[in-house]
Amino acid sequence: MFRWLIGTIALSMMATGALAADPVEIHIGYLGHAGVKSTLSLVQQPADNDGIAGARLAIEDNNTTGKFLNQRFVLDEAKVKDSDDVAKVATDLAGRNDFIITDLSADALLKVADALHDRGTVLLNAGATDDRLREQDCRANVIHIAPTRSMLADALGQYLVWKQWKRWLLVVGSHDQDKLYADALRRAATRFGAKIVQERTFEDTGGARRTDSGVTLIQRQMPVFTQQAPAYDVLVAADESEMFANYLPYRTWDPRPVAGSAGLVPTSWDATHDQWGAVQIQNRFVKLNMRRMTALDMQAWTAARMIGEATSRTNSGDPERVIAFLKGKDFSIAAFKGTRLTLRDWNWQLRQPILLADGRMVVSVSPQEGFLHQVSELDTLGVDRPETKCKLQ
Amino acid sequence: MWRGCLLTGMLVWLAATPASAFVAYVSNEKGNTVTVIDTNSWAVTKTIKVGQRPRGIEFSRDGKFVMVAVGDDDTIQVIDTKTQEIVDTLPSGPDPELFTQDAAGKTMYVANENDNTVTVIDLEKRARLGDIQVGVEPEGMTISPDGKILINTSETTNMAHFIDTTTRQIVANVLVDSRPRFAQFKRDGSELWVSSEIGGTVSIVDPVKREVTGKITFEIPGLRNEAIQPVGIGMTKDGKTAFVALGPANRVAVVDGATHKVLKYLLVGQRVWHMDFTPDEKYLMVTNGVSNDVSVIDVAAQKVIKTIQVGELPWGITIAQP
Repeated sequence: MFRWLIGTIALSMMATGALAADPVEIHIGYLGHAGVKSTLSLVQQPADNDGIAGARLAIEDNNTTGKFLNQRFVLDEAKVKDSDDVAKVATDLAGRNDFIITDLSADALLKVADALHDRGTVLLNAGATDDRLREQDCRANVIHIAPTRSMLADALGQYLVWKQWKRWLLVVGSHDQDKLYADALRRAATRFGAKIVQERTFEDTGGARRTDSGVTLIQRQMPVFTQQAPAYDVLVAADESEMFANYLPYRTWDPRPVAGSAGLVPTSWDATHDQWGAVQIQNRFVKLNMRRMTALDMQAWTAARMIGEATSRTNSGDPERVIAFLKGKDFSIAAFKGTRLTLRDWNWQLRQPILLADGRMVVSVSPQEGFLHQVSELDTLGVDRPETKCKLQ
Repeated sequence: MWRGCLLTGMLVWLAATPASAFVAYVSNEKGNTVTVIDTNSWAVTKTIKVGQRPRGIEFSRDGKFVMVAVGDDDTIQVIDTKTQEIVDTLPSGPDPELFTQDAAGKTMYVANENDNTVTVIDLEKRARLGDIQVGVEPEGMTISPDGKILINTSETTNMAHFIDTTTRQIVANVLVDSRPRFAQFKRDGSELWVSSEIGGTVSIVDPVKREVTGKITFEIPGLRNEAIQPVGIGMTKDGKTAFVALGPANRVAVVDGATHKVLKYLLVGQRVWHMDFTPDEKYLMVTNGVSNDVSVIDVAAQKVIKTIQVGELPWGITIAQP
């Protein structure tokens, strides 16, 4: 009986050996946060699968390529609530996956990065734009696909200065993330020679985003809020918490364009972007997900594609080789931005052009012509090597 | 009197049809037109309205027709070269971009970007024969000089797929650099060249071993590396000289066909894309997308001699004897 059993086991082991032609499996985890934020505009309300949908498309793309290389990609999705122990969920996920794409807050991401530090699991940050994650709080096991607030602000700043709209009225929300975005915008103004003629704070006094007669009220509030400003060319709003910025266009006291969190918005991706072959991925995305592609979807797509790129270049699913390739000098990725994207080796931030979109069209793409750099013009966006506070470990 | 008349008549005839008069057809991606250029006078003789987003453009093997892929109309339109009017459409599959024909001009292969396939079309019956599944975003298309192997490049998969034209099965996949756009064999079949737009290189592939044996890289002083984006390739019939369009670098590289060394960079218009030789190989014409013109290169002198204004966003070009 026992012998028979052992024989069976041996046979099954041989069978596994004989199936050497089985594809190499590459497991990628996706760790997102549960719940979506509320937006002022109904059409900008993120879907439940915001981000994950992009990763799923990349898995399809990787598998189309993978069938020629005998590689198979699998996505393992997890969502955490604020009350969950994110480090524990991440550790579980890391037990099944060598790479984890994250869409987490800065604090949660740092917890996860530190919890997984010794395992060698690499995180691909698709969601957090915080500069500190690439600066004083940088981690060697995190690669950043999401652009930073400073990259976004610089992309906008370059365009506004090119347009000769150099006098900015800066309006800042009262939440922490609004203030961080405002910091980045102030930095951009200083770098590119714009002047912030005045700053105003829009206090969040509570209240609902959806009301049945909201327009009447907003139409009275916004002109009053923006009156008696010094002469300015453009109103720049910092409102990541989605409290007021989208109320500003067409309602400012002076007839001025709005940029930043509403109007002309710097973003890594927009559903209207169709240059450089982008219409192909836009079509694939809509076909798969029955909705349009957001910036977070694109960031997650790029993260999963980077793993796919590295596995096909190294012809290997071995995480060490894959990561060595990603962090090596030969790595670059095509992401429908008209140029190759590469990693900054001092903090593992992905260099990328930033789109400036108004919700209906892509108006421009930064870096703008004439903003030069000795290494890569993409490094005119965000914190550059000489200024970095990052010490990777 | 008679003699004078005859002489004048001959002179007129000579002026009208010199040995080098060819007709170039340029697809204007944004303008939804095809510009017709006379290569003797270098003048635009006609602008033909076509479907939406015309890109890949090629003469039929018998020279009677020009076929142009109009991607956003999901078809290929056929222009009669005598009347210079659209006379037919082909069932190309969705969003056709580039295509190629077999030597007999009977079968056409079309890259369909939107569903990762190459569509096979019977040109005589105007019928779709089938689809071949390839990598993500198929683009470049060419056939080996012996007609046995069809090459398709896929832009996100980053491969040159070798497809057996008899069985229509993929027999090999060669990984090249990012966003492979265009593929071309040397006439003797000894090498396959594949341009990679984002990778910034041209891969030299050994068609027998089916592996990359070399890479051409480009360096232009004062120009950032990312701006160098190779797309169109033109090679002389003797395989001695090749030209590579470098996209937003606004230059065409002249490459030694044997040593693969870059000999020279020719400054052309903005975002140079595709190219074609006049059949006598005296001239090479390249499309400059952003500056809306075509540059004419004297092949022997390796110099740009002329710029011709065409429609909006010129993309592809094909030239043949009228």
